Amino acid sequence: MTTANVRLDVPKTAKRGEIIDIKTLVAHTMETGFRRTHLGAPIPRDIITTFVCLYNGIEVFRAELHPSVSANPFIQFSTVATESGTLDFKWSGDNGFSATETARIEVT
Amino acid sequence: MKQPSRRTFITAAGACVATTVAAAWPALLHAQMVRTPLNNMPDAIRKLAGAKTISKGRVKLDVPPLVENGHLVPLSVSVDSPMSEADHVKAIHIFTERNPLPEMATFRLGPRAGRARVATRVRMADTQNVIAIAELSDGSFWSDSAFLIVTLAACLEELPA
Repeated sequence: MTTANVRLDVPKTAKRGEIIDIKTLVAHTMETGFRRTHLGAPIPRDIITTFVCLYNGIEVFRAELHPSVSANPFIQFSTVATESGTLDFKWSGDNGFSATETARIEVT
Repeated sequence: MKQPSRRTFITAAGACVATTVAAAWPALLHAQMVRTPLNNMPDAIRKLAGAKTISKGRVKLDVPPLVENGHLVPLSVSVDSPMSEADHVKAIHIFTERNPLPEMATFRLGPRAGRARVATRVRMADTQNVIAIAELSDGSFWSDSAFLIVTLAACLEELPA
């Protein structure tokens, strides 16, 4: 488990049925595996491959990333605020990379 | 001995450089090709959609037409869909024509997304076409493409050791 620097933008409160926008950012080099050092040695691939968002334990969004995604992957998506609870975010990738973050939302 | 005139000297030097470059050119080209795997975007798309037709429309791919820095290109995709249980977007796939790999990213969503819109930031190795394909719950595929001009390419530059 790697500790990672994660930034989240999730509204703290929402009305029931409202569509909320979620923005996530995680610090990661996303090394493509196509680059070489100036001595010609290939730099091995090291990327985040999967991002999942769970809303009270139910998966609402998933992203599969490839080396074409920029360093420090930014992902924006939306979900319907159905009930108060927690949003769990999980990133996983090469070399056992794993990062998690949780946000609470109050739905009125 | 007669000194060569400025003109003969420049002509001779030019010819010399041209011969060296011409001799080294196949090697340079070869190095480039070995480094970059072939991107087979049509194959990747065929693998996704199979024999189904991919129609134009319903999808809107938003990218800047001119990119200065290929390392960080904002990209967003929205799909015209009610996002109901019966009719929603299952996935949004993004493909590139000239990056080392054709696949860029896949976003899987469902009726709980509320609206079908995702945004991210991607790398562009070259001036090229980008295609967003939406996979709908009824099994149909819709797409939109955009052409980007990239001035500083990403992906293939070398790193200091």
